[in-house]
Amino acid sequence: MTVHKPIEAESVAAVLAAAAGRHFGGIAVIEGLSRESGGASRQTWRFDAVAAGRRHELILRRDPPSLGKTDRERSVAIDRATEFRVLAAAHKAGVQAPEPLFELAAGDGLGEAFVMRRASGTAIARKLLRDAAYDSARGKIAGQLGEILARLHATDPVTLPPLVRREAADHIASLRRSLDDLGQAQPVFELALSWLDRRKPPPLDRPVLVHGDYRTGNYLADETGVTAILDWELAHLGDPIEDLGWLCVKSWRFGAIDRPAGGFGSREELWAAYQRAGGRPVDPQRAHWWEVFGTVHWGIICLNQAWKHLSGSIRSMEHASIGRRAVETQVDLLQLLKNAA
Amino acid sequence: MAQDRPTAAELLTAIADFLREEATPALDRTEPRLGFQMRVAVNSLAILEREIRLGHDADLREHARLAKLLGHGGTLSELNYELARQLRSGVRDERDPALMAHLEATTADKIAIANPKWR
Repeated sequence: MTVHKPIEAESVAAVLAAAAGRHFGGIAVIEGLSRESGGASRQTWRFDAVAAGRRHELILRRDPPSLGKTDRERSVAIDRATEFRVLAAAHKAGVQAPEPLFELAAGDGLGEAFVMRRASGTAIARKLLRDAAYDSARGKIAGQLGEILARLHATDPVTLPPLVRREAADHIASLRRSLDDLGQAQPVFELALSWLDRRKPPPLDRPVLVHGDYRTGNYLADETGVTAILDWELAHLGDPIEDLGWLCVKSWRFGAIDRPAGGFGSREELWAAYQRAGGRPVDPQRAHWWEVFGTVHWGIICLNQAWKHLSGSIRSMEHASIGRRAVETQVDLLQLLKNAA
Repeated sequence: MAQDRPTAAELLTAIADFLREEATPALDRTEPRLGFQMRVAVNSLAILEREIRLGHDADLREHARLAKLLGHGGTLSELNYELARQLRSGVRDERDPALMAHLEATTADKIAIANPKWR
Protein backbone atom coordinates (compact mmCIF):
# COMPACT_ATOMS: atom_id res chain seq x y z
CA MET A 1 0.00 0.00 0.00
CA THR A 2 1.24 3.47 -0.86
CA VAL A 3 1.13 6.10 1.82
CA HIS A 4 1.59 9.51 0.39
CA LYS A 5 3.16 11.96 2.65
CA PRO A 6 1.66 15.45 2.48
CA ILE A 7 5.20 16.78 2.46
CA GLU A 8 5.86 15.02 -0.86
CA ALA A 9 2.74 16.62 -2.39
CA GLU A 10 3.89 20.04 -1.14
CA SER A 11 7.28 19.77 -2.78
CA VAL A 12 5.74 18.44 -6.02
CA ALA A 13 3.27 21.38 -6.02
CA ALA A 14 6.07 23.90 -5.55
CA VAL A 15 8.05 22.50 -8.49
CA LEU A 16 4.93 22.38 -10.66
CA ALA A 17 4.04 25.99 -9.84
CA ALA A 18 7.46 27.18 -10.99
CA ALA A 19 7.46 24.99 -14.13
CA ALA A 20 3.87 25.90 -15.08
CA GLY A 21 4.75 29.57 -14.58
CA ARG A 22 7.65 29.20 -17.02
CA HIS A 23 5.46 27.37 -19.56
CA PHE A 24 2.30 29.48 -19.45
CA GLY A 25 4.00 32.75 -18.55
CA GLY A 26 3.51 34.62 -15.30
CA ILE A 27 2.61 33.21 -11.94
CA ALA A 28 0.91 29.81 -11.78
CA VAL A 29 -1.14 28.54 -8.86
CA ILE A 30 -1.43 24.75 -8.44
CA GLU A 31 -4.78 23.42 -7.22
CA GLY A 32 -6.22 20.00 -6.42
CA LEU A 33 -2.94 18.08 -6.69
CA SER A 34 -3.53 14.39 -5.99
CA ARG A 35 -1.85 11.15 -6.84
CA GLU A 36 -3.76 8.65 -8.98
CA SER A 37 -3.50 4.95 -8.24
CA GLY A 38 -0.58 3.21 -9.89
CA GLY A 39 2.89 2.03 -9.08
CA ALA A 40 5.32 3.70 -6.73
CA SER A 41 8.02 3.87 -9.39
CA ARG A 42 5.85 5.19 -12.24
CA GLN A 43 3.53 7.84 -10.85
CA THR A 44 0.61 9.80 -12.27
CA TRP A 45 -0.62 12.96 -10.53
CA ARG A 46 -3.61 15.14 -11.47
CA PHE A 47 -3.75 18.88 -10.84
CA ASP A 48 -4.98 22.20 -12.17
CA ALA A 49 -2.67 25.11 -12.93
CA VAL A 50 -4.24 28.56 -12.89
CA ALA A 51 -2.09 31.02 -14.84
CA ALA A 52 -2.91 34.40 -16.41
CA GLY A 53 -6.56 33.97 -15.45
CA ARG A 54 -6.90 30.61 -17.21
CA ARG A 55 -7.37 27.19 -15.64
CA HIS A 56 -5.43 24.32 -17.22
CA GLU A 57 -6.45 20.76 -16.33
CA LEU A 58 -3.24 18.75 -16.28
CA ILE A 59 -1.52 15.46 -15.55
CA LEU A 60 2.02 14.90 -14.28
CA ARG A 61 3.74 11.66 -15.34
CA ARG A 62 6.70 11.00 -13.14
CA ASP A 63 9.37 8.42 -12.22
CA PRO A 64 10.79 9.59 -8.87
CA PRO A 65 14.60 9.67 -8.76
CA SER A 66 14.90 7.66 -5.56
CA LEU A 67 12.92 4.59 -6.60
CA GLY A 68 14.67 2.03 -8.76
CA LYS A 69 12.68 0.34 -11.48
CA THR A 70 12.71 -3.43 -11.66
CA ASP A 71 14.91 -4.89 -14.39
CA ARG A 72 11.89 -5.92 -16.38
CA GLU A 73 10.34 -2.45 -16.22
CA ARG A 74 13.66 -1.03 -17.36
CA SER A 75 13.94 -3.51 -20.21
CA VAL A 76 10.51 -3.10 -21.83
CA ALA A 77 9.04 0.24 -20.80
CA ILE A 78 10.23 3.46 -22.42
CA ASP A 79 11.50 6.28 -20.21
CA ARG A 80 9.49 9.44 -19.60
CA ALA A 81 11.48 11.59 -22.02
CA THR A 82 10.82 9.07 -24.81
CA GLU A 83 7.14 8.80 -23.84
CA PHE A 84 6.88 12.59 -24.09
CA ARG A 85 8.27 12.54 -27.64
CA VAL A 86 6.09 9.60 -28.73
CA LEU A 87 3.01 11.41 -27.40
CA ALA A 88 4.03 14.58 -29.23
CA ALA A 89 4.48 12.67 -32.51
CA ALA A 90 1.17 10.78 -32.15
CA HIS A 91 -0.66 13.96 -31.18
CA LYS A 92 0.73 15.68 -34.25
CA ALA A 93 -0.41 12.72 -36.39
CA GLY A 94 -4.00 13.39 -35.24
CA VAL A 95 -4.25 10.55 -32.72
CA GLN A 96 -6.65 11.27 -29.85
CA ALA A 97 -4.02 11.36 -27.12
CA PRO A 98 -3.32 13.72 -24.25
CA GLU A 99 -1.44 16.78 -25.50
CA PRO A 100 2.07 16.77 -24.00
CA LEU A 101 3.01 20.28 -22.79
CA PHE A 102 6.40 20.44 -21.10
CA GLU A 103 9.09 18.35 -19.45
CA LEU A 104 10.54 18.93 -16.00
CA ALA A 105 14.28 19.57 -15.87
CA ALA A 106 16.72 17.38 -13.96
CA GLY A 107 17.33 20.29 -11.58
CA ASP A 108 13.64 20.32 -10.61
CA GLY A 109 14.22 17.19 -8.54
CA LEU A 110 11.08 15.29 -9.54
CA GLY A 111 13.00 12.64 -11.48
CA GLU A 112 12.02 11.88 -15.07
CA ALA A 113 8.77 13.79 -15.48
CA PHE A 114 6.52 15.67 -17.91
CA VAL A 115 3.17 17.43 -17.90
CA MET A 116 0.32 16.84 -20.35
CA ARG A 117 -3.27 18.05 -20.69
CA ARG A 118 -5.91 16.00 -18.86
CA ALA A 119 -8.48 14.49 -21.22
CA SER A 120 -12.06 13.93 -20.09
CA GLY A 121 -13.82 10.59 -19.73
CA THR A 122 -13.38 7.39 -17.80
CA ALA A 123 -11.08 4.42 -18.40
CA ILE A 124 -13.08 2.08 -16.17
CA ALA A 125 -14.22 -0.83 -18.35
CA ARG A 126 -17.05 -1.88 -16.05
CA LYS A 127 -18.67 1.59 -16.35
CA LEU A 128 -18.15 1.87 -20.11
CA LEU A 129 -19.63 -1.58 -20.67
CA ARG A 130 -22.64 -1.32 -18.36
CA ASP A 131 -23.58 2.23 -17.25
CA ALA A 132 -26.57 3.89 -18.95
CA ALA A 133 -24.54 7.08 -19.52
CA TYR A 134 -22.50 5.22 -22.16
CA ASP A 135 -25.42 3.57 -24.00
CA SER A 136 -24.85 5.48 -27.23
CA ALA A 137 -21.04 5.47 -26.91
CA ARG A 138 -20.98 1.66 -26.75
CA GLY A 139 -22.05 1.35 -30.39
CA LYS A 140 -19.25 3.64 -31.56
CA ILE A 141 -16.19 2.58 -29.58
CA ALA A 142 -15.06 -0.41 -31.69
CA GLY A 143 -15.11 1.68 -34.87
CA GLN A 144 -13.39 4.64 -33.20
CA LEU A 145 -10.65 2.38 -31.86
CA GLY A 146 -10.05 1.11 -35.41
CA GLU A 147 -9.89 4.62 -36.88
CA ILE A 148 -7.59 5.97 -34.17
CA LEU A 149 -5.29 2.98 -34.52
CA ALA A 150 -4.95 3.56 -38.27
CA ARG A 151 -3.81 7.14 -37.58
CA LEU A 152 -1.49 5.95 -34.82
CA HIS A 153 0.20 3.45 -37.14
CA ALA A 154 0.55 6.16 -39.80
CA THR A 155 2.63 8.36 -37.44
CA ASP A 156 5.57 9.65 -39.48
CA PRO A 157 8.63 7.66 -38.32
CA VAL A 158 10.94 10.69 -38.69
CA THR A 159 8.95 12.49 -35.96
CA LEU A 160 9.54 9.64 -33.48
CA PRO A 161 12.37 9.29 -30.94
CA PRO A 162 14.53 6.15 -31.23
CA LEU A 163 12.39 3.14 -30.25
CA VAL A 164 13.15 -0.55 -29.90
CA ARG A 165 12.04 -2.67 -32.85
CA ARG A 166 10.21 -5.80 -31.70
CA GLU A 167 9.15 -8.46 -34.17
CA ALA A 168 7.27 -11.67 -33.55
CA ALA A 169 10.49 -13.65 -32.98
CA ASP A 170 11.79 -11.11 -30.42
CA HIS A 171 8.51 -11.28 -28.51
CA ILE A 172 8.59 -15.09 -28.39
CA ALA A 173 12.20 -15.13 -27.18
CA SER A 174 11.40 -12.56 -24.52
CA LEU A 175 8.41 -14.52 -23.18
CA ARG A 176 10.46 -17.74 -23.08
CA ARG A 177 13.13 -15.88 -21.05
CA SER A 178 10.39 -14.77 -18.66
CA LEU A 179 9.20 -18.35 -18.21
CA ASP A 180 12.78 -19.46 -17.51
CA ASP A 181 13.05 -16.83 -14.78
CA LEU A 182 9.81 -17.78 -13.04
CA GLY A 183 10.73 -21.08 -11.42
CA GLN A 184 7.59 -23.02 -12.31
CA ALA A 185 6.96 -25.16 -15.40
CA GLN A 186 4.15 -23.83 -17.60
CA PRO A 187 3.15 -26.48 -20.16
CA VAL A 188 0.22 -24.55 -21.69
CA PHE A 189 2.31 -21.42 -22.26
CA GLU A 190 5.15 -23.54 -23.71
CA LEU A 191 2.69 -25.23 -26.06
CA ALA A 192 1.28 -21.90 -27.21
CA LEU A 193 4.73 -20.33 -27.70
CA SER A 194 5.87 -23.27 -29.84
CA TRP A 195 2.62 -23.05 -31.85
CA LEU A 196 3.33 -19.34 -32.38
CA ASP A 197 7.00 -19.94 -33.20
CA ARG A 198 6.13 -22.37 -36.01
CA ARG A 199 3.67 -19.91 -37.58
CA LYS A 200 5.24 -16.53 -36.92
CA PRO A 201 4.57 -13.84 -39.53
CA PRO A 202 7.61 -12.54 -41.42
CA PRO A 203 8.99 -9.13 -40.30
CA LEU A 204 7.70 -6.11 -42.18
CA ASP A 205 9.95 -4.13 -44.50
CA ARG A 206 8.88 -0.95 -42.80
CA PRO A 207 7.88 -1.41 -39.14
CA VAL A 208 5.45 1.18 -37.75
CA LEU A 209 4.79 2.82 -34.39
CA VAL A 210 3.03 0.18 -32.26
CA HIS A 211 1.25 1.42 -29.12
CA GLY A 212 1.97 -1.84 -27.29
CA ASP A 213 -0.88 -1.71 -24.75
CA TYR A 214 -3.90 -0.70 -26.86
CA ARG A 215 -6.87 -2.11 -24.97
CA THR A 216 -10.00 -1.36 -22.98
CA GLY A 217 -8.86 0.11 -19.66
CA ASN A 218 -6.11 2.13 -21.37
CA TYR A 219 -8.24 4.73 -23.13
CA LEU A 220 -10.66 7.34 -21.86
CA ALA A 221 -14.20 7.55 -23.22
CA ASP A 222 -17.22 9.72 -22.46
CA GLU A 223 -20.82 9.64 -23.74
CA THR A 224 -19.54 10.49 -27.25
CA GLY A 225 -17.04 7.64 -27.28
CA VAL A 226 -13.23 7.49 -27.14
CA THR A 227 -11.57 10.76 -26.09
CA ALA A 228 -7.91 9.82 -25.51
CA ILE A 229 -5.52 6.88 -25.84
CA LEU A 230 -3.42 6.48 -22.68
CA ASP A 231 -0.52 4.37 -21.38
CA TRP A 232 2.14 4.71 -24.06
CA GLU A 233 4.91 3.16 -21.98
CA LEU A 234 5.19 0.03 -24.12
CA ALA A 235 5.43 1.87 -27.46
CA HIS A 236 7.86 0.28 -29.93
CA LEU A 237 8.34 -0.33 -33.64
CA GLY A 238 6.84 -3.45 -35.15
CA ASP A 239 3.83 -5.07 -36.78
CA PRO A 240 0.69 -2.89 -36.65
CA ILE A 241 -1.48 -6.00 -36.35
CA GLU A 242 0.05 -6.55 -32.91
CA ASP A 243 -2.17 -3.73 -31.55
CA LEU A 244 -5.29 -5.12 -33.27
CA GLY A 245 -4.66 -8.59 -31.84
CA TRP A 246 -3.98 -7.31 -28.31
CA LEU A 247 -7.22 -5.28 -28.29
CA CYS A 248 -9.16 -8.50 -29.02
CA VAL A 249 -7.61 -10.62 -26.24
CA LYS A 250 -10.50 -12.01 -24.21
CA SER A 251 -9.26 -10.57 -20.92
CA TRP A 252 -9.91 -7.05 -22.30
CA ARG A 253 -13.59 -7.76 -22.98
CA PHE A 254 -14.32 -7.63 -19.25
CA GLY A 255 -17.10 -10.20 -19.54
CA ALA A 256 -18.55 -9.02 -22.87
CA ILE A 257 -17.02 -12.12 -24.45
CA ASP A 258 -19.16 -12.12 -27.59
CA ARG A 259 -17.73 -8.70 -28.60
CA PRO A 260 -14.04 -9.33 -29.27
CA ALA A 261 -13.09 -5.71 -30.12
CA GLY A 262 -12.39 -4.62 -26.55
CA GLY A 263 -15.90 -5.67 -25.45
CA PHE A 264 -17.60 -3.28 -27.91
CA GLY A 265 -17.83 -4.86 -31.35
CA SER A 266 -16.78 -7.60 -33.73
CA ARG A 267 -13.27 -8.08 -35.12
CA GLU A 268 -14.69 -7.38 -38.58
CA GLU A 269 -16.14 -4.01 -37.48
CA LEU A 270 -12.79 -3.08 -35.98
CA TRP A 271 -10.83 -4.11 -39.07
CA ALA A 272 -13.25 -2.37 -41.46
CA ALA A 273 -12.97 0.91 -39.54
CA TYR A 274 -9.17 0.50 -39.44
CA GLN A 275 -8.99 0.01 -43.20
CA ARG A 276 -11.45 2.85 -43.96
CA ALA A 277 -9.17 5.19 -42.01
CA GLY A 278 -6.15 4.20 -44.08
CA GLY A 279 -4.86 1.15 -42.19
CA ARG A 280 -3.36 -1.59 -44.33
CA PRO A 281 -5.68 -4.52 -45.15
CA VAL A 282 -5.96 -6.91 -42.19
CA ASP A 283 -5.09 -10.54 -42.90
CA PRO A 284 -7.41 -12.51 -40.53
CA GLN A 285 -4.78 -15.22 -40.04
CA ARG A 286 -2.14 -12.69 -39.03
CA ALA A 287 -4.64 -11.04 -36.68
CA HIS A 288 -5.45 -14.42 -35.13
CA TRP A 289 -1.71 -15.05 -34.62
CA TRP A 290 -1.38 -11.77 -32.73
CA GLU A 291 -4.50 -12.49 -30.67
CA VAL A 292 -3.03 -15.86 -29.60
CA PHE A 293 0.27 -14.11 -28.92
CA GLY A 294 -1.49 -11.42 -26.87
CA THR A 295 -3.24 -14.07 -24.80
CA VAL A 296 0.07 -15.79 -23.87
CA HIS A 297 1.63 -12.38 -23.33
CA TRP A 298 -1.04 -11.33 -20.81
CA GLY A 299 -0.82 -14.72 -19.07
CA ILE A 300 2.92 -14.34 -18.59
CA ILE A 301 2.50 -10.71 -17.47
CA CYS A 302 0.17 -12.06 -14.74
CA LEU A 303 2.94 -14.43 -13.58
CA ASN A 304 5.50 -11.61 -13.75
CA GLN A 305 3.30 -9.32 -11.65
CA ALA A 306 3.04 -12.01 -8.97
CA TRP A 307 6.79 -12.57 -9.24
CA LYS A 308 7.46 -8.91 -8.40
CA HIS A 309 5.82 -9.61 -5.04
CA LEU A 310 7.33 -13.09 -4.58
CA SER A 311 10.87 -11.91 -5.37
CA GLY A 312 10.55 -9.10 -2.84
CA SER A 313 11.00 -6.27 -5.36
CA ILE A 314 7.61 -4.92 -4.26
CA ARG A 315 5.29 -6.09 -1.49
CA SER A 316 1.75 -6.05 -2.83
CA MET A 317 -1.24 -8.29 -2.25
CA GLU A 318 -2.70 -7.00 -5.49
CA HIS A 319 0.37 -8.07 -7.48
CA ALA A 320 0.44 -11.44 -5.71
CA SER A 321 -3.20 -12.13 -6.52
CA ILE A 322 -2.76 -11.42 -10.25
CA GLY A 323 -0.67 -14.59 -10.49
CA ARG A 324 -3.83 -16.62 -10.09
CA ARG A 325 -5.31 -14.96 -13.18
CA ALA A 326 -2.77 -16.61 -15.50
CA VAL A 327 -4.95 -19.73 -15.75
CA GLU A 328 -7.72 -17.65 -17.34
CA THR A 329 -5.47 -17.19 -20.36
CA GLN A 330 -4.60 -20.90 -20.34
CA VAL A 331 -8.30 -21.72 -20.70
CA ASP A 332 -8.52 -19.22 -23.55
CA LEU A 333 -5.36 -20.49 -25.27
CA LEU A 334 -6.54 -24.09 -25.38
CA GLN A 335 -9.78 -22.84 -26.90
CA LEU A 336 -7.98 -20.64 -29.45
CA LEU A 337 -5.62 -23.45 -30.52
CA LYS A 338 -8.57 -25.84 -30.87
CA ASN A 339 -10.46 -23.35 -33.06
CA ALA A 340 -7.36 -22.84 -35.21
CA ALA A 341 -6.90 -26.58 -35.80
CA MET B 1 -5.30 -34.78 15.43
CA ALA B 2 -8.41 -33.43 13.79
CA GLN B 3 -9.16 -29.80 14.53
CA ASP B 4 -12.57 -28.88 15.83
CA ARG B 5 -15.11 -27.39 13.42
CA PRO B 6 -15.10 -25.05 11.59
CA THR B 7 -12.92 -26.71 8.98
CA ALA B 8 -10.33 -24.57 7.24
CA ALA B 9 -12.71 -24.04 4.32
CA GLU B 10 -15.58 -23.12 6.64
CA LEU B 11 -13.44 -20.66 8.56
CA LEU B 12 -12.20 -19.01 5.35
CA THR B 13 -15.79 -18.67 4.16
CA ALA B 14 -16.79 -17.03 7.44
CA ILE B 15 -13.90 -14.55 7.19
CA ALA B 16 -14.63 -13.76 3.54
CA ASP B 17 -18.35 -13.25 4.26
CA PHE B 18 -17.57 -10.86 7.12
CA LEU B 19 -15.07 -8.85 5.06
CA ARG B 20 -17.39 -8.69 2.05
CA GLU B 21 -20.61 -7.85 3.85
CA GLU B 22 -19.44 -5.66 6.73
CA ALA B 23 -15.88 -4.41 6.30
CA THR B 24 -15.96 -3.59 2.57
CA PRO B 25 -19.06 -1.31 2.62
CA ALA B 26 -17.55 0.62 5.54
CA LEU B 27 -14.26 1.04 3.68
CA ASP B 28 -16.06 2.12 0.50
CA ARG B 29 -17.54 5.03 2.46
CA THR B 30 -14.28 6.21 3.98
CA GLU B 31 -11.35 4.86 1.89
CA PRO B 32 -12.50 3.74 -1.58
CA ARG B 33 -8.98 2.69 -2.58
CA LEU B 34 -8.82 0.31 0.37
CA GLY B 35 -12.34 -0.86 -0.50
CA PHE B 36 -11.00 -1.96 -3.88
CA GLN B 37 -8.06 -3.75 -2.26
CA MET B 38 -10.42 -5.44 0.16
CA ARG B 39 -12.38 -6.88 -2.77
CA VAL B 40 -9.13 -8.29 -4.14
CA ALA B 41 -8.43 -9.84 -0.73
CA VAL B 42 -11.93 -11.33 -0.44
CA ASN B 43 -11.58 -12.79 -3.91
CA SER B 44 -8.27 -14.39 -2.91
CA LEU B 45 -9.84 -15.88 0.22
CA ALA B 46 -12.51 -17.48 -1.97
CA ILE B 47 -9.74 -18.99 -4.12
CA LEU B 48 -8.11 -20.44 -0.99
CA GLU B 49 -11.42 -21.88 0.19
CA ARG B 50 -11.90 -23.68 -3.15
CA GLU B 51 -8.27 -24.80 -3.18
CA ILE B 52 -8.64 -26.38 0.26
CA ARG B 53 -11.71 -28.28 -0.91
CA LEU B 54 -10.58 -29.22 -4.43
CA GLY B 55 -6.81 -28.79 -4.68
CA HIS B 56 -5.60 -32.08 -3.22
CA ASP B 57 -7.65 -34.30 -5.53
CA ALA B 58 -6.85 -32.10 -8.53
CA ASP B 59 -3.11 -32.50 -7.85
CA LEU B 60 -3.47 -36.29 -7.59
CA ARG B 61 -5.33 -36.44 -10.90
CA GLU B 62 -2.74 -34.23 -12.62
CA HIS B 63 0.10 -36.33 -11.24
CA ALA B 64 -1.48 -39.61 -12.41
CA ARG B 65 -2.16 -38.23 -15.90
CA LEU B 66 1.39 -36.87 -16.24
CA ALA B 67 2.97 -40.17 -15.14
CA LYS B 68 0.89 -42.01 -17.72
CA LEU B 69 1.59 -39.47 -20.47
CA LEU B 70 5.37 -39.45 -19.86
CA GLY B 71 5.60 -43.15 -19.03
CA HIS B 72 7.37 -42.84 -15.67
CA GLY B 73 7.09 -41.43 -12.14
CA GLY B 74 8.55 -38.37 -10.45
CA THR B 75 7.35 -35.40 -8.43
CA LEU B 76 4.58 -33.24 -9.90
CA SER B 77 7.10 -30.44 -10.46
CA GLU B 78 9.65 -32.74 -12.16
CA LEU B 79 7.04 -34.18 -14.49
CA ASN B 80 5.71 -30.73 -15.41
CA TYR B 81 9.24 -29.54 -16.19
CA GLU B 82 9.82 -32.54 -18.40
CA LEU B 83 6.57 -31.90 -20.27
CA ALA B 84 7.41 -28.19 -20.60
CA ARG B 85 10.82 -29.06 -22.11
CA GLN B 86 9.18 -31.43 -24.59
CA LEU B 87 6.71 -28.73 -25.60
CA ARG B 88 9.40 -26.10 -26.09
CA SER B 89 11.60 -28.41 -28.17
CA GLY B 90 8.64 -29.56 -30.24
CA VAL B 91 8.86 -33.25 -29.26
CA ARG B 92 5.15 -32.96 -28.50
CA ASP B 93 2.63 -30.50 -29.91
CA GLU B 94 -1.07 -29.77 -30.17
CA ARG B 95 -1.61 -32.66 -32.62
CA ASP B 96 -1.17 -35.15 -29.74
CA PRO B 97 -4.70 -35.93 -28.41
CA ALA B 98 -3.46 -37.46 -25.13
CA LEU B 99 -1.43 -34.31 -24.44
CA MET B 100 -4.38 -32.04 -25.21
CA ALA B 101 -6.74 -34.11 -23.02
CA HIS B 102 -4.25 -33.80 -20.16
CA LEU B 103 -3.82 -30.05 -20.56
CA GLU B 104 -7.56 -29.48 -20.83
CA ALA B 105 -8.30 -31.54 -17.71
CA THR B 106 -5.52 -29.79 -15.74
CA THR B 107 -6.65 -26.34 -16.84
CA ALA B 108 -10.28 -27.16 -16.03
CA ASP B 109 -9.26 -28.18 -12.49
CA LYS B 110 -7.15 -25.00 -12.07
CA ILE B 111 -9.86 -22.60 -13.27
CA ALA B 112 -12.44 -24.34 -11.04
CA ILE B 113 -10.29 -23.12 -8.14
CA ALA B 114 -8.97 -19.78 -9.44
CA ASN B 115 -12.09 -18.44 -11.15
CA PRO B 116 -14.99 -20.85 -11.78
CA LYS B 117 -17.02 -18.07 -13.47
CA TRP B 118 -14.42 -17.59 -16.25
CA ARG B 119 -15.93 -18.13 -19.70
